[in-house]
Formats: sequence, C-alpha cells, structure tokens
Amino acid sequence: MASHAHSSHDHGHGEPHPLVGHLVPYSTLFATGAALIVLTIITVAARYVDLGEANIYLAIGIAVVKATLVSLFFMHLRWDRPFNLMVLVGSMLFVVLMMVFCMMDVGQNMPTENKGNPAKVQQYLDANAPFAPVTAKK
Amino acid sequence: MSHSASHADSHSGSHGHDAHGHDAHGDHAKYPFLAHHFDTPNQQFESGKLGMWAFLATEVLFFGALFVMYAILRFKDPQVFSYASQYLDTILGGINTCVLILSSLTMAVGVRAAQTNKKGLLSVCLFLTLMGAVGFLVIKYFEYSHKLHLNLKWGEGFYHPVTAEEAAEVKVEPKPVENPVLAIASPNPSAGAQTVALAPVPPVDKTAIAAPKTGPDGVATAKMVEATDAPMHVEHSEEPHLLDSNMPPNTHRFFAIYYIMTGLHGIHVLIGVGVIGWLFLASLKGRFNSDYYAPVDFVGLYWHVVDLVWIFLFPLFYLIH
Repeated sequence: MASHAHSSHDHGHGEPHPLVGHLVPYSTLFATGAALIVLTIITVAARYVDLGEANIYLAIGIAVVKATLVSLFFMHLRWDRPFNLMVLVGSMLFVVLMMVFCMMDVGQNMPTENKGNPAKVQQYLDANAPFAPVTAKK
Repeated sequence: MSHSASHADSHSGSHGHDAHGHDAHGDHAKYPFLAHHFDTPNQQFESGKLGMWAFLATEVLFFGALFVMYAILRFKDPQVFSYASQYLDTILGGINTCVLILSSLTMAVGVRAAQTNKKGLLSVCLFLTLMGAVGFLVIKYFEYSHKLHLNLKWGEGFYHPVTAEEAAEVKVEPKPVENPVLAIASPNPSAGAQTVALAPVPPVDKTAIAAPKTGPDGVATAKMVEATDAPMHVEHSEEPHLLDSNMPPNTHRFFAIYYIMTGLHGIHVLIGVGVIGWLFLASLKGRFNSDYYAPVDFVGLYWHVVDLVWIFLFPLFYLIH
C-alpha cells in the first residue's frame, strides 16, 4: 500500500480519495480523449496520402498509439498493479506469436489459384453463383 | 470526508500481521459490501480487477484469432481489400470511431465521479456512455442495411443481382443439367469459358448451370456498365459491384471477414448496452459510492476494450488506401 499512499499524495488535490483504486485527474482524462480524436482525424487524413506500403504500417502505428493511450489512462494501467499490464501485454504477445507463425506458413504456400479462384471455390461459385466473375481484369 | 482517516487505519491494519484477524473483522463490520472471504476492501477490489483482466485477455485472444484470419486473407488477396474498402462509408465509420472514443471518455469520467462520490455526475456519465453505445449500433444498423440492400454480403449472396435491371443485364437462360455430377457445359464456346459442376453441389432448381454472363474473361464490358448506370444511381454513386469490370475475384471474402469482425464487435457493443444500462439503473438507486464502485470500474474496463478493438478495426477496414 506504499504506492497507494504515495499516489494519493500526487493526485489527491484535497478531494475525497476512494477507498480503493486510483483517481485520475479530469485534465488527464480529457487530454487523452482529445488526443484520441486528433489521432483519429490524422489516421483518416493519412488514408488519402499515397505512401505505398507504408500506408498500412502508419495506420496500424497510429492505432497502436491510440490503444496505448486508452489502456494507460482510461484503463488506469499507468497506475495499476504491473501484473494487470502483464496480463494484457501477455495476451497480445500470444496473438503476435500466432500471427507470425500463420503468416510464415501462408508466405510459403504455392499459388493454387485457378482462373482467379481456388478450384473448389470456382466450382461452387459456378454452380451456385453463376454471376461471379471468373478472372480478374488485367 | 470523514472516512479518509478511517481507511488509512484499515490500510495500516491490513499490514499489521500481529493484529490481522481482529482488524479483518473490523473491516467486515465497517464495510457491508466486503465479502467474508476477503480481508480488506482493497484485496476484494484488486482480486475482482485481476479477474476482469483475465477475462479481457481471453477477449484479446478471441479477436486476435480473427485478426490473424484478416491478415491471411489480405495477404492472399491484397487487391480485394483495396478495392472493396471503397464500399465502406468512411464518414459513418469515422463518426462511429468518435462516438466510441467519447463514450469511453464519459465512462472514464464516470469512474472518477464514482470514486469521488458524485452520484449525479456518475448517472449522467453512465447515461451518456449508454447513448454512445446505442448511437454506435444505430449507425452500424444503417451501414449494414445499406450494404445488404446492395447485396454486399458474405459468400455467394454477394453474386446475386440486386435489381431486375441488373439481373436482366447479367443473366442468361439457365441450362438444365441432367447429371450434375459429370456434366460439363460449355455455354459460351467462343469465349472458352467452362463450367464444371461436381458432386457435392446441392441440387438447386433455380440455378442449374448458367454461363457466367460477365463476359469472356469474366469481365463486364464498359457498355454494360453504362447501360445500367442510371437506375442504380438513385441514392448512391457506387457502381453495382456485379457490373464493375474492376472487381477482382474473391471480393466476397472481404465482406465475409468484415461482417464477422464488425459483427462480433457489434455483439460486444450490444452486451455493453445491457451492462451499462444495468449500471445506470443501479446508479440511480445510489448503489455506488467512493468505497464501493467496483462494478463501474470493471464494466469500464470492458467498455474500453470494446473501444480498443474498434480502434484497430476502423483503419483495417475503412481506411485502406
């Protein structure tokens, strides 16, 4: 509880302090909200700028920054017990692990597309969705 | 507040191991919400919070698997994603992003209101959060219904014509096939298009086997697009996708993953409406105060995760250059 007593020193401001948890100042909350809205506008604007491959990485990067802001300030992880942060980051690491191994596998696949669609898909579409285009325009 | 002194006592008491049992008893007498298997309110709160985080970790893994599915589909057909993204409404998606961010903000302010015993502000914040969640779903409803109206669906429904005009343009006379197992039809020999039906195909009367009208290379001609342009432009400037010669194959996959991911997210928003609504009613009855506000805090965590997922969904679906 040492950190608890300490944090009440920092953010108490003479207001009634909760029995449990951490009190986040209004200024922090509204600044976080404003930053999230600004980043949303930036990411929408970035869509219309052609950066080639970098577009998706920029979009994901901004999303990661926004997610960090939400989890640190809205979800109190900045002041929470570190174990809660470990639970969140740990789950995300496992998602990244699954993503990396799946993409390694997909990257090794030989092309199996026939007339634009995989064979079975094409046969199914021919029978059930005869209006599906067969190949892409060059 | 008078309790600030007493809770300092409880904290020091919980750490005095010599008088542990006695002080724990004192906490239970002091705090009616403290369950008998917890020693202090702080232990109860932190345990509940850890449980909530464990649940949120499963949520991350739940959505994570779908993000992996998204990555695989996009890796295999990048042109599908850059093409189909134009059918999503960036303005509505952006508004929905802001709605969710603002409702996350009101939720965080609501937690602070509960912590500082401002019961009126807490109810107002919960109501605003609730309205944000409902507003998100209403906007999503308009997006979905517009797309379904245009047959921008998952699976084969994506390839069904929308209007009679479009059907007339795209359709040719269906040719009945006696033995679908082995039948090989070549309805458009000049184009060299071949249609093969195999055994597992369900017997559908309406389809039989028809030639892909979309032309020799499966491509609608510019003339066809022009011909049906006018009737489709009643409300929207979008091309009917079946007549769009630029549509890459497998475009239906984009909408499959779009509906799966945004739909699952929408279900989470719907659950959020229920839980936040319950919190709102409970707050009107004065159930929460600066000592006991754990449900507000934990539902807030859930609501922020719903916001987090949308923060990733929005650029991945709506903002593809």
